[in-house]
Amino acid sequence: MEMPKPNPDVMARKQALVARLQQVLPRDAVIHDVAETRAYECDALTAYKCPPLLAVLPSTTQQVSDVLRICHELSVPVVPRGAGTSLAGGALPTADCVILGVARMNEVLEVDYDNRFIKVQTGRTNLSVTGAVEEEDFFYAPDPSSQLACAIAGNIAMNSGGAHCLKYGVTTNNLMGVTMVMMDGSVVEIGGTYLDAGGLDLLGVICGSEGQLGIVTEATLRILRKPEGARPVLMGFDDNEVAGQCVSDIIKSGILPVAIEFMDRLCIRACENFAHAGYPDCEALLIVEVEGSEAEIDSQLSKIIEIAKRHNPVELRESQSADESARIWLGRKSAFGAMGQINDYMCLDGTIPVSSLPFVLRRIGELSKDYGLPVGNVFHAGDGNMHPLILFDANKPGDLEKCEAFGADILKLCVDAGGCLTGEHGVGIEKRDLMTHQYAAQDLEAQMAVKDVFDPNWLLNPAKVFPLAASAGRRMAAE
Amino acid sequence: MNAMRPETEAELAETVAGLNGPVCIAGGGTRGVVGAEPELSTAGLSGITLYEPGALTLVARAGTPVAEIEAALDGEGQQLAFEPMDHRGLLGTTGEPTIGGVVAANISGSRRIQAGACRDFLLGVRYVDGLGQVIKNGGRVMKNVTGYDLVKLVAGSWGTLGVLSEVSLKVLPKPETQATLAVSADDVGTAVDLMSTALRSPYEVSGAAYDPKDRQAFLRIEGFADSVAYRASRLSEILGNECTELEESRKRWADLRDVRAFHDLEGDVWRLSVKPGDALVIADRIEAGRTLLDWGGGLIWALVPKGTDLRARLGAFEGHASLVRADAHTMDEFGRFQPENHQVRALTRAIRLKFDPRSVFNPGLMG
Repeated sequence: MEMPKPNPDVMARKQALVARLQQVLPRDAVIHDVAETRAYECDALTAYKCPPLLAVLPSTTQQVSDVLRICHELSVPVVPRGAGTSLAGGALPTADCVILGVARMNEVLEVDYDNRFIKVQTGRTNLSVTGAVEEEDFFYAPDPSSQLACAIAGNIAMNSGGAHCLKYGVTTNNLMGVTMVMMDGSVVEIGGTYLDAGGLDLLGVICGSEGQLGIVTEATLRILRKPEGARPVLMGFDDNEVAGQCVSDIIKSGILPVAIEFMDRLCIRACENFAHAGYPDCEALLIVEVEGSEAEIDSQLSKIIEIAKRHNPVELRESQSADESARIWLGRKSAFGAMGQINDYMCLDGTIPVSSLPFVLRRIGELSKDYGLPVGNVFHAGDGNMHPLILFDANKPGDLEKCEAFGADILKLCVDAGGCLTGEHGVGIEKRDLMTHQYAAQDLEAQMAVKDVFDPNWLLNPAKVFPLAASAGRRMAAE
Repeated sequence: MNAMRPETEAELAETVAGLNGPVCIAGGGTRGVVGAEPELSTAGLSGITLYEPGALTLVARAGTPVAEIEAALDGEGQQLAFEPMDHRGLLGTTGEPTIGGVVAANISGSRRIQAGACRDFLLGVRYVDGLGQVIKNGGRVMKNVTGYDLVKLVAGSWGTLGVLSEVSLKVLPKPETQATLAVSADDVGTAVDLMSTALRSPYEVSGAAYDPKDRQAFLRIEGFADSVAYRASRLSEILGNECTELEESRKRWADLRDVRAFHDLEGDVWRLSVKPGDALVIADRIEAGRTLLDWGGGLIWALVPKGTDLRARLGAFEGHASLVRADAHTMDEFGRFQPENHQVRALTRAIRLKFDPRSVFNPGLMG
């Protein structure tokens, strides 16, 4: 993966930069020792590593503002970092950059149940936002698999989703307001405790901009009352296509399950070995979860089971206890870990129209044979968000490259089927060069024009999202 | 000058590229945007291009009548869950509301508190920018974080960033049935507390409105019949015993959505988005002749004597106030939209210049 050459002028000024930053931050918040900066050399896309010039860990919006003002003045690129869980390389440093980590900013600022919002500093982890409102039976809906570790800042940057967004939406649908620091150090307030923007929906474009427009330090998030209960049903099928048809029939019936998860044989076996959830050994497994009171759950599940029966399932099992439900979900949520026990893997998250599912799965199977690399499929079937996991051996020369080429073919396939390159992980560096497959030059130009407005010198996370060739002119001009 | 009415996206692009002065963009012309400039109508770009009920997605050209879309969805037991308001009764406009107009103005109804706004259901757009280039963003899948989300930016931009040619929407199943509980509440404060209690419950209230004239709060529950009956009874229990279940639930919510109560009354109409808990203080401050609350108090409709400067009465508050109905002079004097803080204003202007460098789209409309 190509990254821009570090700017030697910036690197030569490291000592001066450290001195300036130490004037506005506590000593231990400026990490410039070469060995210590290694802690920030990569995110969860571990195939690519590069220690930054230095890292800073501010504790307040004012400190973030001070850091950005100084970096802006000295033309130093800044790469924002939440918890470093990006699978797309969104927080990958360059050797001439300052990593700005928000990990120390994890306070809850305000909880308001009557008005149904929570205001937090964005270094707070996703799960601990729910943790802060659980005493009143509330929760924060977006639930990425990494929710134990990932930070709200990263969720906002990547517009993170999760398993339950068929009903509750993704980050952008649950974000009401932000305090954001722009690259020149100015602090801007957008949205708040009320619904919808009065003018242009800037919040909408900031969410998902991968830290390229500003650094969000505080966020107002919508919180929801927990349902009375939830229960999944497991269904096994002999054929992927039939499972896909079953998903479509459930949706058409008027029931809106809170989640519909799909796994193929390779994943089913891996997850079963890992979590012992009692998954059947079959071609395709669906986990369908509904919410409500006991009676409401019974009624919805009986409708769903009736539909499933029409598709001759090899297994149909309603969870009988909270413990069984937990194990069913543990299997699914540990899919990545389970696959990781088999081999190294690369996880993609291209999204397709649900109707293209059979065709896309068949074609991925063919490509898997061509490349000689196994692939397991697990995904959010209700919304078409796939997660093909390509297995490879990182120690075998050439395997990573082969895996990446296979991955690129799958993502192009998703786009050609009417979908997109990434449903929830973001573009980062991983899918940057495939952007031209989904978007024409003028489409990318329109997006880059927005960055021109927020960050005219292209100093914030400049080497991400857009193909390097497309952003070259702008990045060079800044240097 | 006659209205320009392109029939295809290519014609639309050509028309915009050939403009040598400002235009006023219109779909069905029902939302009260009137400009001095010649009209550029999208009504000629009509028709549903894709509808997959099993994938909950619908794609339509911008000029497609909302009624046509709703009829197609109804045939499959589905709906636009954000419940777009019809402005014709309130504004006295005629014509056929289009889906492009709904998206351009981010029009949402009472279900917004539960299901989300129009922008939350918008999966993709195609639009023509100020130079006549066709730009696409998003697509037709529910989860898409590929590049910047210009979809949201364009939704609610009232045509100032581009002329929509096609929109792609997430649709949802239409609930089997609905029930509305009417609860008496003597004042705004009591009503907001009551609605807040309902919205804090796990019973999935999909509408929470208050009409001070009737001194009644309305709570809507939707879903399968057995579930609706269960939740309605649980809600009645937690709210106290003065709940009555309304007949004609659907008509009630259509009236609330369209602000039926103000249709035959004289005066300017303002629309305020506020923190629900502030509704009481704000309702007192604006001294409106008549108000209507929706979104659990987060949306306030206010009817005031013509020419009233409501924003001056309001002073600083969390939220925004838009002028929805007024004569041209008042609209010019106060502006349709709440002035933004200076940074947001600067960003807005700069974005607008990038998307429409010749300033041909709806000049003067959004600051």
